[in-house]
Amino acid sequence: MVKKPIYLDNAAATRLDERVLEAMKPYFFDTYAVATSEFAYSQGIEAGEALEKARGALAAALGATSEEFIFTSGSTESSNIALKGAALANKKGKHIIVSKIEDFSVLYSARALEKQGFKLTYLDVDGDGFIDLDQLKNAITRETFLVSIQHANQEIGTIQDIATIGKICRDKGVLFHTDATHTFARVPLDTRKIAVDLVSVSAHTIHGPKGIGGLYIRKGTKIAKWMDGGFQEFNLRGGMENIPGAVGFARAVELVTPQENKKLQAMRDRIIDRILAKIPDTTLNGHRRKRVPQNANITFHFVEGESITLHLDMHGFAVNTGSACFSRSLESSHVIMGIGGDHERAHGSIRFTFGRYNTMKEVDTIVKALTDIISELRSISPLGKEKEKEEEKR
Amino acid sequence: MKSPYSETVLKHFRHPHNVGKIENADGKAIEGSPACGDMVSVYINVDPKAKTISDIKFESYGCASNIATGSIITELAKGKTLDEAKKITWKQAADALGGLPKIKAHCSVLAIEGLRSAITNYEERHGLVKDKRPTTVDIVRKRLKKVMNPLTGLDLVRTSLVQNIEVKAGVVRVVVDLPAANQFAPAIKEEIMEKIEPLWDVKNVVVEFTE
Repeated sequence: MVKKPIYLDNAAATRLDERVLEAMKPYFFDTYAVATSEFAYSQGIEAGEALEKARGALAAALGATSEEFIFTSGSTESSNIALKGAALANKKGKHIIVSKIEDFSVLYSARALEKQGFKLTYLDVDGDGFIDLDQLKNAITRETFLVSIQHANQEIGTIQDIATIGKICRDKGVLFHTDATHTFARVPLDTRKIAVDLVSVSAHTIHGPKGIGGLYIRKGTKIAKWMDGGFQEFNLRGGMENIPGAVGFARAVELVTPQENKKLQAMRDRIIDRILAKIPDTTLNGHRRKRVPQNANITFHFVEGESITLHLDMHGFAVNTGSACFSRSLESSHVIMGIGGDHERAHGSIRFTFGRYNTMKEVDTIVKALTDIISELRSISPLGKEKEKEEEKR
Repeated sequence: MKSPYSETVLKHFRHPHNVGKIENADGKAIEGSPACGDMVSVYINVDPKAKTISDIKFESYGCASNIATGSIITELAKGKTLDEAKKITWKQAADALGGLPKIKAHCSVLAIEGLRSAITNYEERHGLVKDKRPTTVDIVRKRLKKVMNPLTGLDLVRTSLVQNIEVKAGVVRVVVDLPAANQFAPAIKEEIMEKIEPLWDVKNVVVEFTE
């Protein structure tokens, strides 16, 4: 039963593109020196140039200039710097606003600051995962200095209206950070058009290397340095630069095309439509259209997610679930609970995320496998039988 | 394929034994709820003379370890006397499965509890209870913790739906803080009756709703 595995967990990590590796290689074997000033030796100057070229390309992808983009180890670090760095530099008030369904890097940075005496507001979201813009407006007080609302959700893919959120924040004179881990290069974000001050991005979601990410910091935004060391990254983050990573990150962004994003969206739409049509008692989590092109998230009622993923694994499919049984913490997904779902909805939720190496045929293969797996698991489940009984009576 | 589960667990997970429902079973129990993660139902038929388990079936809404434990305990319990079956431990089930990940203990303990509760249910319904403690409000409340509030997936006690419990001369009165017209009221009532009526000294159960 050894088939080629079908990987549908691209929101967690992606396969590296060979072309990215090719771009990185010289910076492991030839130009491996530390990036130095233009007055040092040649290899260091070349390394520095490569780093700055990558920085320029990544900044440009966000409509920004080079000095507005710093490299980090990934979007978790970026969001830590954004929240904690802004908090440390801030002289205004002590109030921060985030949404309830942020990824852990934002959520736990917020909680850590709360323990340090900052006041936090955790905004609710509606059934599709959107924050209420009026609620945001009303939550901003004179004490508020930072709002952090994700661009799109890591589990259900819902894209927030960051243009309006940015405008609200700008009007009230409050900093706005957005975690764009799951939208960077997939959904446009132009900092010239959107009033956002801080943006977290990462390479690992777009077939780039792990361990490299970045933070856009709008010119004039005050951020305190809290990774002390050398003067790297405009003296905001000490430490040896990850030059192969930076070069790989820039190459990865370059390789994402509008055609590819369209292809991902077609796969997303097909898996959603087919599952909802073919498998009864299923619910789509997140908005049907306002979601990232690569994400589908569906609850299969009356069955538990870890059982589904294990059966799928036996068939060679890799997916993710919001079930407590699957997580290391044994806690249900805070996102599904946040959109008004109950434990049961979180338990049976499966996230499918597509990438460059998936095909339309794979979508059909997994839907076929799922049809059998779900009906098998339902046949042994004590839940959902009332409905069957009613149907028998009729 | 790499897995935290043993070969035996995966075998029982893939093809669980004794799955299903026994209609009009001699004893039955449901443990867990969708809210706490896993849920398991156990049904037994009992040979009245030998007091052995002649048939046993289970249903599971749970993860792999829950399903596999349900499967193995039905195998272990089949043909055993009620007293023997009651003594089956989680450790025995885990050993028979070639081990279970520690973090998954609670998912698999449910199946053992389900088996024990199904036996207790049989004993109560057949006047075999040896430990004849009089029913108290606390005992009733403990049982109501096994009745699910379908609105939340949590039990009635945890969601503060039980407004009052009275126990008087074999009559148990339970007041549920829900309108009688609520769509779940009949199902909740039926489940409460099912859980409380088998208590050895209970003659009548009255379920009332607040509106």
